[in-house]
Parts: sequence; structure tokens; C-alpha cells
Amino acid sequence: MSGTTVPLPPIGFADRVRTWWVICRTALAERMAYRGDFALGTLMRFLPIITQIFLWGAIFDAIAETSPGDGTPKRIGGFDLAEMVAYFLLTMIARAFSSMPGLASGIAGQVRQGEIKKYLIQPIDLIAFLLLSRVAHKLAYYAVAIGPFALVFFLCRDYFTAGFPPPHVMVAFIASLMMGFLIGFFLEAAIGLISFWMLEINSLVLIFMLFSFFLSGHMFPLSLLPEPIGWYVNLLPLKYLAYFPAAIFLRKIPDDELMTELLIEAAWLVFFVILCRWMYSRGVRRYSGYGG
Amino acid sequence: MGAELMSVNNLSSLSSQPVAEHRGESESPSRLAEFRRYLRVFLTFARNSLIRDMTFRADFIFHCISSVAWTAMNVGFYVLVFRFTSMIGQDTGWGRDEFFLFLATVWFINSLVQAFFMPNANEFSELIRTGGLDFALLKPIDTQFLISFRRIEWSAMSNFVVGLLIAGVSLHSMATRPESPVFPSLMSWILYPFFVGCGVAIMYSIMICLAATSVWLGRNQSLYDFWFYITNFSRYPMEIYDTPLGRPLLGLFTLVIPVLVVVNVPARILAKPLNPRADWEWLLAAWAVIATVLCVAFSRWLFRLSLKSYRSASS
Repeated sequence: MSGTTVPLPPIGFADRVRTWWVICRTALAERMAYRGDFALGTLMRFLPIITQIFLWGAIFDAIAETSPGDGTPKRIGGFDLAEMVAYFLLTMIARAFSSMPGLASGIAGQVRQGEIKKYLIQPIDLIAFLLLSRVAHKLAYYAVAIGPFALVFFLCRDYFTAGFPPPHVMVAFIASLMMGFLIGFFLEAAIGLISFWMLEINSLVLIFMLFSFFLSGHMFPLSLLPEPIGWYVNLLPLKYLAYFPAAIFLRKIPDDELMTELLIEAAWLVFFVILCRWMYSRGVRRYSGYGG
Repeated sequence: MGAELMSVNNLSSLSSQPVAEHRGESESPSRLAEFRRYLRVFLTFARNSLIRDMTFRADFIFHCISSVAWTAMNVGFYVLVFRFTSMIGQDTGWGRDEFFLFLATVWFINSLVQAFFMPNANEFSELIRTGGLDFALLKPIDTQFLISFRRIEWSAMSNFVVGLLIAGVSLHSMATRPESPVFPSLMSWILYPFFVGCGVAIMYSIMICLAATSVWLGRNQSLYDFWFYITNFSRYPMEIYDTPLGRPLLGLFTLVIPVLVVVNVPARILAKPLNPRADWEWLLAAWAVIATVLCVAFSRWLFRLSLKSYRSASS
């Protein structure tokens, strides 16, 4: 190796795309291996919605009782019963985009077991690789899950009393789903990267999942929270994982605030991308790998 | 692992019979001695699990904290709900105090199931996949007993304590509130633990049934999911399903998969002590007892059936 270095051909954009394509195809094949189990699992995931519908039905029922009706439907945190059910269905979609099962613990496992070495010597970036396989997994997921999703939404179409929102809200909804996916990814990747500093992060991941379940709006619309708490929770980026897209679809975000809110979300996204990059480069610097 | 090896040795020295499956009445020692043997084995399991849990103390404490945090968030959610309504379902009697007593019952039953059965059922599907079940079958003790009680997750009992706390607060609030204060009768206090026990037995049976299916499926990764989705129906007062659309579900989850009686029967006994009991409530309580017996018997039958289809792996 003394003196002469063979210049590698520069990696063109076409080569990169080819690499991405291979990664995507592999992940797709991985996902499609257990189709039946997978479709059934997706359908089962809607079962808790059934109890939610009945629970909220009972809650609204009692409210109607306590305050004698003046004709208008009763509302909790700005949601009437139909909207509440629609909300839970929509958070299922939001979660289908933003949930990243096994991402943080996967990264931690790779760091702990030294598998991360291969990303250091191969011309593949860990984060990019994980992102691409996640995209492929998600695509495969939607390909299978669209059946159960369509079925459930068709059965529950009566809860969407306002029908489809106007086009500009629809665009905002889709944008929030996409950004929700990316925020979900980079947020959880950042948690996984903590494993460069702490070897065992399972407990941390568990805590994060706990908080994210409640504060993302997965369990109830965040507008139900009483005021000082609600204000703080709204500052957190967790709402983009479930509450925000659903609220956009149900037009709970006024049109004039929509753009600002989306920009704030984009800023959070940029923050987490940079955080990930920074953590990875710092982490790799202090990482030492031994053996083969 | 040392503790586990020790328990294996203990087991073989405890037994007087060579083969697990041939334990006929004629050759077995008296019922009482047999019971004491099982009790001793169970206590050994309990002790070993505790030793194991205490080996990783930080992990143990962390598990306790996270399950208590989970409980706190749930309580927070229902406190939030009761800011908007005074009752779950109109005229059902599930006001705030009653509902929190219901929630405490959910927590009692779930924590018992999680402590005693969840880790074992999960391990069972792994035993089948790896062929480790061979060793369980060879042990001179009832296989279902061995599979069901081997591991106890003591940290799950922290939720039991939290359940006690919730129950204490809501009972106190019920007894001291200005309008219609109530205090459970002696009979309620006796019946409540009994029906909580029935509930745990039903949940256990469902779990064993699910675990048994992993013999046929090879692997049952979604065991937890299944469990969660089915038992999810038991977590709310059954009155909420009392609508035209809900009645089929009410029937299904009361009569066929009786998860609705699991929490509803004991919680109702304690939360509504003074109301005159309607006939259907007595019927429901009686059905809870019958359902418990049927579920345990069915799960045992299914478990044995599944063992017949077991083909060892990789040994």
C-alpha cells in the first residue's frame, strides 16, 4: 500500500439509486415472507377500536344525560362522538406511518454486538440504510394492510360526518403523514444511537414508548387535556406521531394556522435529522470494534 | 442459570415416580402428600425467580417503575374522562369511584396473570420452537403445572400494590362522599377475592389455550398481541356493550369466551354493594363460577391435546 493509491471511480447518482433499489427489494421480500400472519395481525389491530367506540359511546351517552339537550351534539375537547371515533381510526393511519417497531432496539443491538462495524467499512451509511429498509417495510406493509384498512374504514364510513376535507387540507394531511413517518424514524433512531453511550437502552425505549403512547394522542385527542398541561404537551414533537395528522383531517386546525403548524413540524424534522447525524458521527468516534 | 439448575436437581429428588405421564391413582401417594409436593415445587420456583430478579436489581426496580408509570397514565386518562362526564354510560351506576374500583380490579387480575403466567406462556412457545419441551415432558411432575409456574415475574406485583392503592382511595371516597355513601358488606368482602380468583383462572385458561396453539403453529409470536386484544374487552364495564350493535359482542364475550365476567363480576360485588341485586346479576355470578370450571377444564384438555401433536425439534 506504500505510496500508490488506486483512485476509486466516483460514485454516481445512478449507482446510488441502484444500491437503494437493492436495499428496498430485499426488505420487501423479507416482509412478504409471512403474508397471511401479517394481514390477520393488521385486522386484529382494529379490535381495540371496537372497545373504544363503545367506551366513548357510553361516555357521551352520560353527558347527554347530565346536561339536557339543546339539539347540538355534545362535545368533549371539541370532538363529538362521531368525530371521536373518526379520530381513533385516523390515528391508526398516522401510527401506520410513524410507528417504528424495533428500530431503536435494533440499532442498540447492532452497536452492542459489534455489527455496526460493517457500516464503517462498507460504503453504506447506517442511517440511510435503515431508513431505506424502513421505507420498503412500510411500503410492503401498506400493500397488505390496505385491505383491512379499507374494510374497516368502509364499515365505519358513517362516523366521517364531514366527508373528505377540501384539497388543500388533504395535501396538508398527506404532508403531515410523510413528515410523521420521518420524525418517527429520526426520533427513534436518535434514541437507538444513545446506545453508543449506554449499552443497555431497553428501559429507555420502554419509557419512551409509554410517553409516546399517551402524549402522541394515540390514547385520546390531546385537545382533551386541561389547559396548562395541554399547552406543554403541544410543545412536544410527539403530537406529530398521531394527533396532528388526525386533527388536520378532521379540520381541528384552523386554515390560517395550518401552514405555520406544518412549518413547525418541518423544523422539528430538520432538528431530528441533524441530531441523528451528529449523534452518529460522535458515537462512531468513541466506538471501538474488536474481532471479526 | 445456577438457580435454575438447582431447581432441576431439587425436582428430581422430590419425585418418587420415574415417568411423568404414568401417574395412576393406585401407585401414587396420598392426595395430601401429592399436594404438598406440588406446593414445595411451587415455592422453589417462587424462590428461584425471586433470586433471579434480585440478581438484576436495577432492572427489577426499573420494571416496577415503568409499570407504575403505565398505571399512573391510565389513571390520569380516566381522571380526564371524568372531568367531562359523571358516569360511564347513563344510569349504569359506574360513577367515578365505582369505575376506579373497577379499574383496580382490572389491575389486580392483570398483575396476577402477568406475574405468574405471562412469562411462562411466552417461554412455552419458545420451548416448542427449540425442542426444549422434551426436558419438561421428562420431568416427573405434571407438565402443565411445570410449564405454568416455572417463572414468576415479581416486578409485575408492583401493579398489584398500585391496584390496592387505587381500590383504597376509591373505597374511602365512596364511604365518605356526601351523597349516598356506601360501604361494602362483609359478604362482598368474602366474595370479592373469590371472584377475582375465578377471573384469574379464566384469564389463565385463555392464555394456556393460546400458548397451546403454538404447538401447531410452530411459533406464536403474536401471543402477547392476541392476549391483549382479547382481554381488552374485559377492561370496561359490560354495560357499555349494551347497545343494539354491542349485544352480539356482549353474548360472545360472556358466553363463548367469557372475558367479560372476569372483572365485571367481582367489581360489581364490591362497587355496588347496597343496590338490591337484580336476578341477572346472580345468574352472572353463577355463570362466572361455571365458566371458570369449564375454561380450566377446556384449557387442560386442549393443552394435553397439543402435547400429543408435539414433535420434538433439534435434539
